[in-house]
Amino acid sequence: MSAIREQYDVAVIGAGPAGMAAASLAARAQLSTVLFDEQAAPGGQIYRGVTQSPLRDRSILGADYWAGEKIAHEFAASGAQYVPRATVWSLTPEREIGVSIGGGSQLVQATHVVIATGALERPFPIPGWTLPGVMTAGGAQTMLKSSGIVPEGRTVLAGSGPLLWLLAWQLLNAGASVDAILDTTARESRARARPHLPAFLLSPYVWKGVKLLREVKKHVSVIADVASLEARGEGRVQSVAYTAAGAPTPLELPVDNLLLHQGVVPNVNLAMSVGIEHRWDGDQLCFVPVLTPFGGTSVPGIYIAGDGGGIAGAQAAAWRGVMSAADIVHTVHPQAATRAAKAARTTLAHFARGRRFLDAYYRPAPQFRMPAGETLVCRCEEITAQQVIDTVALGCPGPNQMKSFLRCGMGPCQGRLCGLTVTELIARERGVSPQEVGHYRLRPPVKPITVGELAELPKDDAAVKAVVRI
Amino acid sequence: MFRRPREDARAIVRITFDGLALEAREGDSVAAALLAAGVASCRTTPVSGAPRAPYCMMGVCFDCLVVIDGVGNKQSCLVPVREGMAVETQRGKRELGA
Repeated sequence: MSAIREQYDVAVIGAGPAGMAAASLAARAQLSTVLFDEQAAPGGQIYRGVTQSPLRDRSILGADYWAGEKIAHEFAASGAQYVPRATVWSLTPEREIGVSIGGGSQLVQATHVVIATGALERPFPIPGWTLPGVMTAGGAQTMLKSSGIVPEGRTVLAGSGPLLWLLAWQLLNAGASVDAILDTTARESRARARPHLPAFLLSPYVWKGVKLLREVKKHVSVIADVASLEARGEGRVQSVAYTAAGAPTPLELPVDNLLLHQGVVPNVNLAMSVGIEHRWDGDQLCFVPVLTPFGGTSVPGIYIAGDGGGIAGAQAAAWRGVMSAADIVHTVHPQAATRAAKAARTTLAHFARGRRFLDAYYRPAPQFRMPAGETLVCRCEEITAQQVIDTVALGCPGPNQMKSFLRCGMGPCQGRLCGLTVTELIARERGVSPQEVGHYRLRPPVKPITVGELAELPKDDAAVKAVVRI
Repeated sequence: MFRRPREDARAIVRITFDGLALEAREGDSVAAALLAAGVASCRTTPVSGAPRAPYCMMGVCFDCLVVIDGVGNKQSCLVPVREGMAVETQRGKRELGA
Protein backbone atom coordinates (compact mmCIF):
# COMPACT_ATOMS: atom_id res chain seq x y z
CA MET A 1 0.00 0.00 0.00
CA SER A 2 1.37 3.40 -0.89
CA ALA A 3 1.87 5.95 1.86
CA ILE A 4 -1.04 8.07 2.94
CA ARG A 5 -0.60 11.70 2.00
CA GLU A 6 -1.47 14.69 4.11
CA GLN A 7 -3.74 16.21 1.48
CA TYR A 8 -6.17 14.93 -1.17
CA ASP A 9 -8.64 16.52 -3.55
CA VAL A 10 -11.26 13.96 -2.58
CA ALA A 11 -11.54 11.65 0.42
CA VAL A 12 -14.27 9.00 0.39
CA ILE A 13 -15.29 7.17 3.55
CA GLY A 14 -16.76 3.72 3.00
CA ALA A 15 -16.21 1.13 0.24
CA GLY A 16 -19.78 0.12 -0.49
CA PRO A 17 -21.39 0.83 -3.87
CA ALA A 18 -21.72 4.59 -3.26
CA GLY A 19 -18.16 5.03 -2.01
CA MET A 20 -16.56 2.91 -4.72
CA ALA A 21 -18.53 4.62 -7.50
CA ALA A 22 -17.73 8.09 -6.16
CA ALA A 23 -14.02 7.34 -5.76
CA SER A 24 -13.81 5.76 -9.23
CA LEU A 25 -15.33 8.77 -10.96
CA ALA A 26 -13.22 11.29 -9.02
CA ALA A 27 -9.98 9.39 -9.65
CA ARG A 28 -10.69 8.94 -13.35
CA ALA A 29 -11.15 12.71 -13.57
CA GLN A 30 -7.55 13.03 -12.32
CA LEU A 31 -8.48 14.27 -8.86
CA SER A 32 -6.22 12.85 -6.15
CA THR A 33 -8.60 10.48 -4.41
CA VAL A 34 -8.36 8.30 -1.32
CA LEU A 35 -10.95 5.86 0.00
CA PHE A 36 -10.86 4.80 3.66
CA ASP A 37 -12.83 1.71 4.63
CA GLU A 38 -13.14 -0.16 7.88
CA GLN A 39 -13.38 -3.62 6.33
CA ALA A 40 -10.53 -5.74 5.01
CA ALA A 41 -11.96 -5.93 1.46
CA PRO A 42 -14.13 -3.65 -0.66
CA GLY A 43 -17.90 -4.09 -1.08
CA GLY A 44 -19.42 -2.50 1.99
CA GLN A 45 -22.14 -4.61 3.59
CA ILE A 46 -24.32 -5.20 0.53
CA TYR A 47 -21.41 -6.49 -1.58
CA ARG A 48 -19.48 -7.78 1.39
CA GLY A 49 -16.63 -10.07 0.31
CA VAL A 50 -17.52 -9.71 -3.38
CA THR A 51 -13.84 -9.87 -4.42
CA GLN A 52 -12.92 -12.78 -2.14
CA SER A 53 -16.03 -14.82 -1.29
CA PRO A 54 -15.31 -18.57 -1.14
CA LEU A 55 -18.76 -19.28 -2.64
CA ARG A 56 -18.03 -20.48 -6.17
CA ASP A 57 -21.65 -21.24 -7.02
CA ARG A 58 -23.01 -17.85 -8.01
CA SER A 59 -26.61 -18.93 -7.78
CA ILE A 60 -26.36 -19.05 -3.96
CA LEU A 61 -26.14 -15.30 -3.40
CA GLY A 62 -27.80 -14.34 -6.69
CA ALA A 63 -27.03 -12.01 -9.59
CA ASP A 64 -27.84 -8.82 -7.65
CA TYR A 65 -24.98 -9.57 -5.26
CA TRP A 66 -22.47 -10.33 -8.00
CA ALA A 67 -23.33 -7.04 -9.72
CA GLY A 68 -21.05 -5.56 -7.07
CA GLU A 69 -18.04 -7.25 -8.67
CA LYS A 70 -18.13 -4.85 -11.62
CA ILE A 71 -18.21 -1.81 -9.33
CA ALA A 72 -15.31 -3.23 -7.29
CA HIS A 73 -13.24 -3.94 -10.43
CA GLU A 74 -13.88 -0.47 -11.82
CA PHE A 75 -12.86 0.98 -8.49
CA ALA A 76 -9.65 -1.10 -8.39
CA ALA A 77 -8.74 0.10 -11.90
CA SER A 78 -9.67 3.74 -11.30
CA GLY A 79 -6.42 4.91 -9.73
CA ALA A 80 -8.08 5.87 -6.44
CA GLN A 81 -5.94 5.03 -3.42
CA TYR A 82 -7.71 2.33 -1.41
CA VAL A 83 -6.99 2.07 2.30
CA PRO A 84 -8.73 -0.93 3.89
CA ARG A 85 -8.97 -1.61 7.64
CA ALA A 86 -8.95 2.14 8.21
CA THR A 87 -11.33 3.50 10.83
CA VAL A 88 -12.31 7.14 10.40
CA TRP A 89 -12.94 8.45 13.90
CA SER A 90 -13.28 12.15 13.25
CA LEU A 91 -14.16 14.61 10.53
CA THR A 92 -14.18 18.36 11.05
CA PRO A 93 -16.24 20.93 9.10
CA GLU A 94 -12.87 22.05 7.67
CA ARG A 95 -12.59 18.51 6.26
CA GLU A 96 -9.71 17.27 8.37
CA ILE A 97 -10.07 13.52 8.80
CA GLY A 98 -8.77 11.55 11.77
CA VAL A 99 -8.17 7.97 10.68
CA SER A 100 -6.82 4.98 12.57
CA ILE A 101 -4.84 2.41 10.61
CA GLY A 102 -3.09 -0.58 12.18
CA GLY A 103 -3.24 0.88 15.70
CA GLY A 104 -1.84 4.30 14.74
CA SER A 105 -3.70 7.45 13.78
CA GLN A 106 -3.08 10.26 11.35
CA LEU A 107 -4.77 13.41 10.13
CA VAL A 108 -5.61 13.89 6.46
CA GLN A 109 -6.89 17.08 4.84
CA ALA A 110 -9.32 16.84 1.93
CA THR A 111 -10.80 19.52 -0.33
CA HIS A 112 -13.95 17.42 -0.74
CA VAL A 113 -15.27 14.59 1.38
CA VAL A 114 -17.86 11.98 0.43
CA ILE A 115 -19.35 10.19 3.43
CA ALA A 116 -20.53 6.80 2.17
CA THR A 117 -20.94 4.99 5.45
CA GLY A 118 -24.20 3.39 4.40
CA ALA A 119 -26.80 1.86 6.61
CA LEU A 120 -27.13 -0.38 9.62
CA GLU A 121 -29.98 -2.60 10.69
CA ARG A 122 -32.71 -0.87 12.65
CA PRO A 123 -32.55 -1.75 16.35
CA PHE A 124 -34.90 -4.64 17.14
CA PRO A 125 -35.29 -4.45 20.91
CA ILE A 126 -37.25 -7.52 22.00
CA PRO A 127 -36.86 -9.33 25.33
CA GLY A 128 -33.74 -11.49 25.13
CA TRP A 129 -32.22 -9.86 22.04
CA THR A 130 -28.83 -9.76 23.78
CA LEU A 131 -28.65 -13.55 24.29
CA PRO A 132 -25.90 -15.38 22.41
CA GLY A 133 -27.52 -17.18 19.49
CA VAL A 134 -29.58 -14.11 18.61
CA MET A 135 -28.07 -12.19 15.74
CA THR A 136 -29.15 -9.78 13.05
CA ALA A 137 -30.16 -11.27 9.70
CA GLY A 138 -27.53 -9.00 8.17
CA GLY A 139 -24.91 -10.50 10.47
CA ALA A 140 -25.75 -14.02 9.33
CA GLN A 141 -25.71 -12.82 5.73
CA THR A 142 -22.24 -11.32 6.24
CA MET A 143 -20.90 -14.69 7.38
CA LEU A 144 -22.45 -16.35 4.33
CA LYS A 145 -21.07 -13.79 1.88
CA SER A 146 -17.56 -13.49 3.25
CA SER A 147 -16.89 -17.01 4.56
CA GLY A 148 -19.66 -19.26 3.23
CA ILE A 149 -20.65 -19.98 6.84
CA VAL A 150 -24.34 -20.82 7.45
CA PRO A 151 -26.49 -21.39 10.54
CA GLU A 152 -26.77 -24.98 11.72
CA GLY A 153 -29.48 -26.45 13.93
CA ARG A 154 -32.94 -24.99 14.38
CA THR A 155 -32.97 -21.58 12.74
CA VAL A 156 -35.79 -19.05 12.86
CA LEU A 157 -35.87 -15.71 11.06
CA ALA A 158 -38.08 -13.06 12.62
CA GLY A 159 -39.14 -9.57 11.60
CA SER A 160 -39.97 -7.97 8.29
CA GLY A 161 -38.45 -6.37 5.23
CA PRO A 162 -36.87 -7.46 1.94
CA LEU A 163 -33.55 -8.50 3.51
CA LEU A 164 -35.25 -11.09 5.73
CA TRP A 165 -36.66 -12.87 2.67
CA LEU A 166 -33.48 -12.48 0.67
CA LEU A 167 -31.48 -14.07 3.48
CA ALA A 168 -33.94 -16.98 3.75
CA TRP A 169 -33.61 -17.56 0.00
CA GLN A 170 -29.81 -17.40 0.11
CA LEU A 171 -29.59 -19.74 3.11
CA LEU A 172 -31.81 -22.28 1.33
CA ASN A 173 -29.62 -21.97 -1.77
CA ALA A 174 -26.56 -22.65 0.39
CA GLY A 175 -28.13 -25.85 1.72
CA ALA A 176 -28.96 -24.52 5.18
CA SER A 177 -32.33 -25.16 6.74
CA VAL A 178 -34.68 -22.39 7.81
CA ASP A 179 -37.29 -23.77 10.21
CA ALA A 180 -39.67 -20.82 10.25
CA ILE A 181 -40.12 -17.17 9.41
CA LEU A 182 -42.01 -15.16 12.01
CA ASP A 183 -43.34 -12.29 9.92
CA THR A 184 -44.00 -9.17 11.99
CA THR A 185 -45.23 -7.06 9.05
CA ALA A 186 -48.27 -5.27 10.46
CA ARG A 187 -51.67 -5.52 8.82
CA GLU A 188 -52.17 -1.73 9.15
CA SER A 189 -48.90 -1.11 7.31
CA ARG A 190 -49.94 -3.35 4.48
CA ALA A 191 -53.18 -1.42 4.15
CA ARG A 192 -51.38 1.92 4.27
CA ALA A 193 -49.05 0.81 1.49
CA ARG A 194 -51.87 0.16 -0.98
CA PRO A 195 -51.96 3.67 -2.54
CA HIS A 196 -48.27 3.26 -3.47
CA LEU A 197 -48.84 -0.10 -5.16
CA PRO A 198 -49.21 1.17 -8.76
CA ALA A 199 -45.80 2.88 -8.65
CA PHE A 200 -44.28 -0.22 -7.08
CA LEU A 201 -45.66 -2.42 -9.85
CA LEU A 202 -43.59 -0.36 -12.31
CA SER A 203 -40.42 -0.64 -10.23
CA PRO A 204 -37.50 -2.97 -11.00
CA TYR A 205 -38.06 -4.88 -7.73
CA VAL A 206 -41.50 -6.39 -8.28
CA TRP A 207 -40.96 -9.62 -10.18
CA LYS A 208 -37.73 -10.50 -8.47
CA GLY A 209 -39.46 -9.98 -5.14
CA VAL A 210 -42.52 -12.03 -6.01
CA LYS A 211 -40.40 -14.91 -7.30
CA LEU A 212 -38.20 -14.87 -4.23
CA LEU A 213 -41.14 -14.84 -1.81
CA ARG A 214 -42.79 -17.70 -3.64
CA GLU A 215 -39.64 -19.84 -3.54
CA VAL A 216 -39.05 -19.22 0.15
CA LYS A 217 -42.66 -19.97 1.06
CA LYS A 218 -42.38 -23.30 -0.76
CA HIS A 219 -39.71 -24.49 1.69
CA VAL A 220 -40.27 -22.57 4.90
CA SER A 221 -43.20 -22.37 7.26
CA VAL A 222 -44.20 -18.70 7.44
CA ILE A 223 -46.17 -17.44 10.42
CA ALA A 224 -47.82 -14.13 9.55
CA ASP A 225 -49.12 -11.26 11.70
CA VAL A 226 -46.71 -11.92 14.56
CA ALA A 227 -47.47 -9.28 17.19
CA SER A 228 -44.87 -10.05 19.86
CA LEU A 229 -41.49 -11.75 20.06
CA GLU A 230 -39.33 -12.88 22.94
CA ALA A 231 -35.99 -14.69 22.85
CA ARG A 232 -35.72 -17.07 25.80
CA GLY A 233 -32.89 -19.09 27.25
CA GLU A 234 -30.27 -19.45 29.97
CA GLY A 235 -26.87 -18.20 28.81
CA ARG A 236 -27.92 -18.56 25.17
CA VAL A 237 -31.14 -18.56 23.19
CA GLN A 238 -33.13 -21.80 23.49
CA SER A 239 -36.54 -20.77 22.22
CA VAL A 240 -38.51 -17.94 20.71
CA ALA A 241 -41.96 -17.10 22.06
CA TYR A 242 -44.39 -15.24 19.83
CA THR A 243 -48.02 -14.31 19.57
CA ALA A 244 -49.73 -14.77 16.24
CA ALA A 245 -52.91 -13.08 15.13
CA GLY A 246 -55.98 -14.60 16.72
CA ALA A 247 -54.01 -16.68 19.23
CA PRO A 248 -54.57 -15.46 22.80
CA THR A 249 -51.50 -17.13 24.31
CA PRO A 250 -47.89 -17.04 23.14
CA LEU A 251 -46.55 -20.01 21.24
CA GLU A 252 -42.98 -21.19 21.57
CA LEU A 253 -40.51 -22.59 19.07
CA PRO A 254 -37.22 -24.20 20.12
CA VAL A 255 -34.28 -22.50 18.36
CA ASP A 256 -30.52 -22.61 18.14
CA ASN A 257 -30.32 -19.45 16.02
CA LEU A 258 -32.72 -16.54 16.01
CA LEU A 259 -32.03 -14.03 13.23
CA LEU A 260 -33.73 -10.64 13.60
CA HIS A 261 -34.38 -7.93 11.04
CA GLN A 262 -36.75 -5.00 10.64
CA GLY A 263 -35.23 -2.87 7.94
CA VAL A 264 -32.16 -0.69 7.65
CA VAL A 265 -31.57 2.94 8.62
CA PRO A 266 -28.81 5.44 7.76
CA ASN A 267 -25.62 5.15 9.77
CA VAL A 268 -25.57 8.78 10.92
CA ASN A 269 -22.77 8.83 13.49
CA LEU A 270 -20.00 10.39 11.42
CA ALA A 271 -22.30 12.80 9.56
CA MET A 272 -23.98 14.04 12.74
CA SER A 273 -20.64 14.48 14.50
CA VAL A 274 -19.59 17.02 11.83
CA GLY A 275 -22.76 18.98 12.49
CA ILE A 276 -24.52 18.10 9.23
CA GLU A 277 -28.21 19.01 9.44
CA HIS A 278 -30.55 16.01 9.77
CA ARG A 279 -34.31 15.73 9.93
CA TRP A 280 -36.72 13.06 11.11
CA ASP A 281 -38.17 11.10 8.19
CA GLY A 282 -41.68 10.01 9.18
CA ASP A 283 -41.90 7.47 6.35
CA GLN A 284 -38.59 5.73 7.01
CA LEU A 285 -38.80 6.35 10.79
CA CYS A 286 -35.23 7.52 11.18
CA PHE A 287 -33.03 10.60 10.98
CA VAL A 288 -31.79 11.41 7.49
CA PRO A 289 -29.40 14.17 6.41
CA VAL A 290 -30.78 17.17 4.52
CA LEU A 291 -29.22 16.86 1.06
CA THR A 292 -29.05 18.61 -2.31
CA PRO A 293 -29.86 16.44 -5.37
CA PHE A 294 -26.09 15.81 -5.60
CA GLY A 295 -25.78 14.66 -2.00
CA GLY A 296 -24.34 17.98 -0.81
CA THR A 297 -24.87 18.62 2.91
CA SER A 298 -25.26 21.70 5.09
CA VAL A 299 -21.45 21.65 5.55
CA PRO A 300 -19.65 23.01 2.45
CA GLY A 301 -17.42 20.48 0.71
CA ILE A 302 -18.95 17.47 2.48
CA TYR A 303 -21.29 15.11 0.60
CA ILE A 304 -23.25 12.07 1.67
CA ALA A 305 -23.80 9.34 -0.92
CA GLY A 306 -25.69 6.05 -0.71
CA ASP A 307 -27.99 4.74 1.99
CA GLY A 308 -26.39 7.03 4.59
CA GLY A 309 -28.41 9.77 2.91
CA GLY A 310 -31.72 7.90 3.28
CA ILE A 311 -32.48 4.31 2.33
CA ALA A 312 -32.81 3.72 -1.41
CA GLY A 313 -30.96 0.42 -1.95
CA ALA A 314 -27.68 -0.78 -3.43
CA GLN A 315 -28.24 0.03 -7.08
CA ALA A 316 -29.36 3.55 -6.29
CA ALA A 317 -26.40 3.91 -3.93
CA ALA A 318 -23.84 3.52 -6.72
CA TRP A 319 -25.62 6.18 -8.78
CA ARG A 320 -25.81 8.49 -5.81
CA GLY A 321 -22.04 8.09 -5.50
CA VAL A 322 -21.73 9.08 -9.14
CA MET A 323 -23.90 12.15 -8.54
CA SER A 324 -21.78 13.39 -5.63
CA ALA A 325 -18.51 12.80 -7.44
CA ALA A 326 -19.89 14.45 -10.59
CA ASP A 327 -20.71 17.57 -8.60
CA ILE A 328 -17.14 17.62 -7.25
CA VAL A 329 -15.55 16.93 -10.65
CA HIS A 330 -17.71 19.63 -12.20
CA THR A 331 -15.23 22.25 -11.02
CA VAL A 332 -12.48 20.58 -13.11
CA HIS A 333 -14.18 19.00 -16.14
CA PRO A 334 -17.65 20.52 -16.45
CA GLN A 335 -18.66 18.57 -19.56
CA ALA A 336 -17.78 15.03 -18.50
CA ALA A 337 -19.35 15.55 -15.12
CA THR A 338 -22.62 16.83 -16.52
CA ARG A 339 -22.95 13.74 -18.70
CA ALA A 340 -22.39 11.39 -15.77
CA ALA A 341 -24.82 13.31 -13.57
CA LYS A 342 -27.52 13.24 -16.23
CA ALA A 343 -27.27 9.46 -16.62
CA ALA A 344 -27.30 9.06 -12.85
CA ARG A 345 -30.38 11.21 -12.41
CA THR A 346 -32.42 9.21 -14.94
CA THR A 347 -31.40 5.90 -13.39
CA LEU A 348 -32.05 7.13 -9.87
CA ALA A 349 -35.62 8.04 -10.75
CA HIS A 350 -36.03 4.45 -11.98
CA PHE A 351 -34.84 2.96 -8.70
CA ALA A 352 -36.75 5.47 -6.57
CA ARG A 353 -39.96 4.10 -8.02
CA GLY A 354 -41.64 1.77 -5.58
CA ARG A 355 -39.57 2.86 -2.60
CA ARG A 356 -42.53 4.47 -0.86
CA PHE A 357 -44.48 1.24 -1.16
CA LEU A 358 -41.67 -0.72 0.48
CA ASP A 359 -41.29 1.90 3.24
CA ALA A 360 -45.02 1.81 3.99
CA TYR A 361 -45.50 -1.94 3.62
CA TYR A 362 -42.55 -2.87 5.84
CA ARG A 363 -43.03 -0.05 8.35
CA PRO A 364 -42.06 -1.71 11.64
CA ALA A 365 -44.89 -1.89 14.17
CA PRO A 366 -44.68 0.41 17.24
CA GLN A 367 -44.22 -2.41 19.77
CA PHE A 368 -41.07 -3.56 17.96
CA ARG A 369 -39.61 -0.04 17.89
CA MET A 370 -40.64 1.09 21.37
CA PRO A 371 -40.36 -1.82 23.79
CA ALA A 372 -41.74 -1.95 27.32
CA GLY A 373 -40.76 -3.10 30.80
CA GLU A 374 -37.50 -4.93 31.36
CA THR A 375 -36.56 -5.17 27.69
CA LEU A 376 -33.07 -3.77 27.18
CA VAL A 377 -32.95 -0.65 25.05
CA CYS A 378 -29.24 0.13 25.40
CA ARG A 379 -27.30 -3.10 24.96
CA CYS A 380 -23.97 -1.60 26.06
CA GLU A 381 -25.04 -0.06 29.36
CA GLU A 382 -27.95 -2.48 29.89
CA ILE A 383 -30.66 0.15 30.28
CA THR A 384 -34.29 -1.00 30.11
CA ALA A 385 -37.28 0.57 28.40
CA GLN A 386 -38.93 1.14 31.79
CA GLN A 387 -35.89 3.07 33.03
CA VAL A 388 -36.08 5.37 30.01
CA ILE A 389 -39.85 5.85 30.46
CA ASP A 390 -39.50 6.53 34.21
CA THR A 391 -36.74 9.05 33.56
CA VAL A 392 -38.90 10.97 31.09
CA ALA A 393 -41.53 11.12 33.85
CA LEU A 394 -38.91 12.74 36.10
CA GLY A 395 -38.69 15.57 33.58
CA CYS A 396 -35.82 14.42 31.38
CA PRO A 397 -36.69 15.94 27.98
CA GLY A 398 -34.20 14.42 25.53
CA PRO A 399 -31.55 11.82 24.69
CA ASN A 400 -28.60 13.94 25.83
CA GLN A 401 -30.06 14.46 29.28
CA MET A 402 -30.92 10.75 29.33
CA LYS A 403 -27.19 10.05 29.10
CA SER A 404 -26.58 11.94 32.35
CA PHE A 405 -29.39 10.11 34.13
CA LEU A 406 -28.84 6.58 32.85
CA ARG A 407 -25.64 6.41 30.77
CA CYS A 408 -27.74 5.01 27.91
CA GLY A 409 -25.98 5.60 24.60
CA MET A 410 -22.62 6.06 26.35
CA GLY A 411 -21.20 2.57 25.80
CA PRO A 412 -18.81 1.60 23.02
CA CYS A 413 -21.49 1.47 20.29
CA GLN A 414 -22.13 5.19 20.90
CA GLY A 415 -25.88 4.96 20.51
CA ARG A 416 -25.87 3.11 17.19
CA LEU A 417 -28.02 0.31 18.62
CA CYS A 418 -30.29 2.42 20.88
CA GLY A 419 -30.45 5.94 19.44
CA LEU A 420 -33.67 5.55 17.46
CA THR A 421 -35.37 3.59 20.24
CA VAL A 422 -34.54 6.20 22.88
CA THR A 423 -35.67 9.10 20.66
CA GLU A 424 -38.96 7.41 19.79
CA LEU A 425 -39.66 6.37 23.40
CA ILE A 426 -39.05 9.91 24.69
CA ALA A 427 -41.17 11.40 21.90
CA ARG A 428 -44.05 9.08 22.65
CA GLU A 429 -43.88 9.66 26.41
CA ARG A 430 -43.74 13.43 25.95
CA GLY A 431 -46.35 13.48 23.18
CA VAL A 432 -44.06 15.35 20.79
CA SER A 433 -42.45 14.47 17.48
CA PRO A 434 -39.09 12.66 17.22
CA GLN A 435 -37.90 15.71 15.25
CA GLU A 436 -38.42 17.85 18.36
CA VAL A 437 -36.71 15.32 20.63
CA GLY A 438 -33.72 14.94 18.34
CA HIS A 439 -30.91 12.39 18.41
CA TYR A 440 -27.98 11.94 20.80
CA ARG A 441 -25.41 14.66 20.25
CA LEU A 442 -22.61 12.75 18.59
CA ARG A 443 -19.03 13.83 18.96
CA PRO A 444 -15.66 12.61 17.75
CA PRO A 445 -14.10 10.15 18.18
CA VAL A 446 -17.05 8.37 16.57
CA LYS A 447 -15.24 5.06 17.00
CA PRO A 448 -13.21 4.31 20.14
CA ILE A 449 -9.46 4.90 19.88
CA THR A 450 -6.90 4.77 22.66
CA VAL A 451 -5.62 7.89 24.42
CA GLY A 452 -2.16 6.75 23.30
CA GLU A 453 -3.22 6.99 19.68
CA LEU A 454 -4.52 10.52 20.21
CA ALA A 455 -1.36 11.56 22.06
CA GLU A 456 0.87 10.39 19.21
CA LEU A 457 -0.85 12.64 16.66
CA PRO A 458 1.27 15.52 15.36
CA LYS A 459 0.66 18.68 17.38
CA ASP A 460 1.12 22.28 16.38
CA ASP A 461 2.61 24.96 18.66
CA ALA A 462 -0.76 26.28 19.77
CA ALA A 463 -1.92 22.84 20.88
CA VAL A 464 1.27 22.24 22.88
CA LYS A 465 1.10 25.68 24.54
CA ALA A 466 -2.51 25.09 25.48
CA VAL A 467 -1.55 22.27 27.85
CA VAL A 468 2.11 22.87 28.80
CA ARG A 469 2.89 25.22 31.67
CA ILE A 470 6.09 27.14 31.06
CA MET B 1 -24.55 -22.68 15.87
CA PHE B 2 -22.98 -22.43 12.46
CA ARG B 3 -21.19 -24.63 9.96
CA ARG B 4 -18.68 -24.07 7.21
CA PRO B 5 -19.34 -24.72 3.52
CA ARG B 6 -18.54 -28.21 2.29
CA GLU B 7 -16.08 -26.83 -0.20
CA ASP B 8 -13.71 -24.04 0.71
CA ALA B 9 -10.52 -23.54 -1.26
CA ARG B 10 -9.12 -20.94 1.13
CA ALA B 11 -6.00 -21.77 3.15
CA ILE B 12 -6.35 -22.99 6.73
CA VAL B 13 -5.29 -20.55 9.46
CA ARG B 14 -4.72 -21.78 13.01
CA ILE B 15 -5.69 -19.59 15.94
CA THR B 16 -6.45 -20.22 19.61
CA PHE B 17 -9.45 -19.17 21.68
CA ASP B 18 -8.87 -19.20 25.46
CA GLY B 19 -5.96 -21.55 24.77
CA LEU B 20 -7.91 -24.04 22.65
CA ALA B 21 -6.73 -24.58 19.07
CA LEU B 22 -9.21 -23.65 16.32
CA GLU B 23 -9.04 -23.92 12.57
CA ALA B 24 -10.12 -20.90 10.56
CA ARG B 25 -9.82 -19.97 6.90
CA GLU B 26 -7.91 -17.15 5.33
CA GLY B 27 -10.24 -14.20 4.93
CA ASP B 28 -12.42 -15.10 7.94
CA SER B 29 -12.99 -12.41 10.51
CA VAL B 30 -12.09 -13.52 14.03
CA ALA B 31 -15.79 -13.32 14.96
CA ALA B 32 -16.85 -15.56 12.06
CA ALA B 33 -14.07 -18.04 12.89
CA LEU B 34 -15.21 -18.25 16.53
CA LEU B 35 -18.86 -18.76 15.60
CA ALA B 36 -18.00 -21.39 12.97
CA ALA B 37 -15.95 -23.24 15.60
CA GLY B 38 -18.93 -23.41 17.93
CA VAL B 39 -17.87 -20.70 20.38
CA ALA B 40 -21.09 -19.62 22.13
CA SER B 41 -19.96 -16.38 23.72
CA CYS B 42 -16.90 -14.16 23.33
CA ARG B 43 -17.27 -11.61 26.11
CA THR B 44 -19.09 -10.75 29.30
CA THR B 45 -20.56 -7.29 29.87
CA PRO B 46 -18.97 -4.80 32.28
CA VAL B 47 -22.39 -3.98 33.78
CA SER B 48 -23.98 -7.34 34.69
CA GLY B 49 -21.44 -9.90 33.55
CA ALA B 50 -23.92 -11.34 31.03
CA PRO B 51 -22.44 -13.41 28.20
CA ARG B 52 -22.58 -11.88 24.72
CA ALA B 53 -21.78 -13.06 21.21
CA PRO B 54 -21.24 -11.26 17.90
CA TYR B 55 -24.53 -9.63 16.92
CA CYS B 56 -24.14 -7.33 13.89
CA MET B 57 -20.92 -8.60 12.23
CA MET B 58 -20.36 -5.16 10.68
CA GLY B 59 -18.56 -3.17 13.34
CA VAL B 60 -21.43 -1.26 14.94
CA CYS B 61 -22.66 -3.24 17.98
CA PHE B 62 -19.42 -3.94 19.89
CA ASP B 63 -20.79 -7.21 21.26
CA CYS B 64 -17.95 -9.12 19.59
CA LEU B 65 -15.23 -7.50 21.70
CA VAL B 66 -12.36 -9.88 22.55
CA VAL B 67 -8.73 -9.81 23.63
CA ILE B 68 -6.41 -10.41 20.65
CA ASP B 69 -2.73 -11.17 21.30
CA GLY B 70 -3.03 -9.53 24.71
CA VAL B 71 -4.80 -6.37 23.51
CA GLY B 72 -8.37 -5.92 24.75
CA ASN B 73 -11.46 -4.22 23.27
CA LYS B 74 -10.82 -5.55 19.77
CA GLN B 75 -13.89 -5.76 17.51
CA SER B 76 -13.45 -9.34 16.37
CA CYS B 77 -15.76 -8.86 13.37
CA LEU B 78 -13.33 -6.28 11.93
CA VAL B 79 -10.10 -8.24 12.43
CA PRO B 80 -9.10 -10.91 9.90
CA VAL B 81 -7.60 -14.11 11.36
CA ARG B 82 -3.83 -14.49 11.25
CA GLU B 83 -1.78 -17.66 11.80
CA GLY B 84 -0.95 -18.11 15.49
CA MET B 85 -3.33 -15.42 16.72
CA ALA B 86 -4.26 -15.83 20.41
CA VAL B 87 -7.85 -14.78 21.05
CA GLU B 88 -9.33 -14.65 24.52
CA THR B 89 -12.71 -13.95 26.06
CA GLN B 90 -12.99 -10.37 27.18
CA ARG B 91 -14.39 -10.31 30.71
CA GLY B 92 -16.05 -7.00 31.47
CA LYS B 93 -14.03 -3.87 30.79
CA ARG B 94 -10.70 -3.91 29.04
CA GLU B 95 -7.89 -4.08 31.56
CA LEU B 96 -5.49 -1.15 31.56
CA GLY B 97 -2.21 -2.01 29.94
CA ALA B 98 -3.89 -4.80 28.00
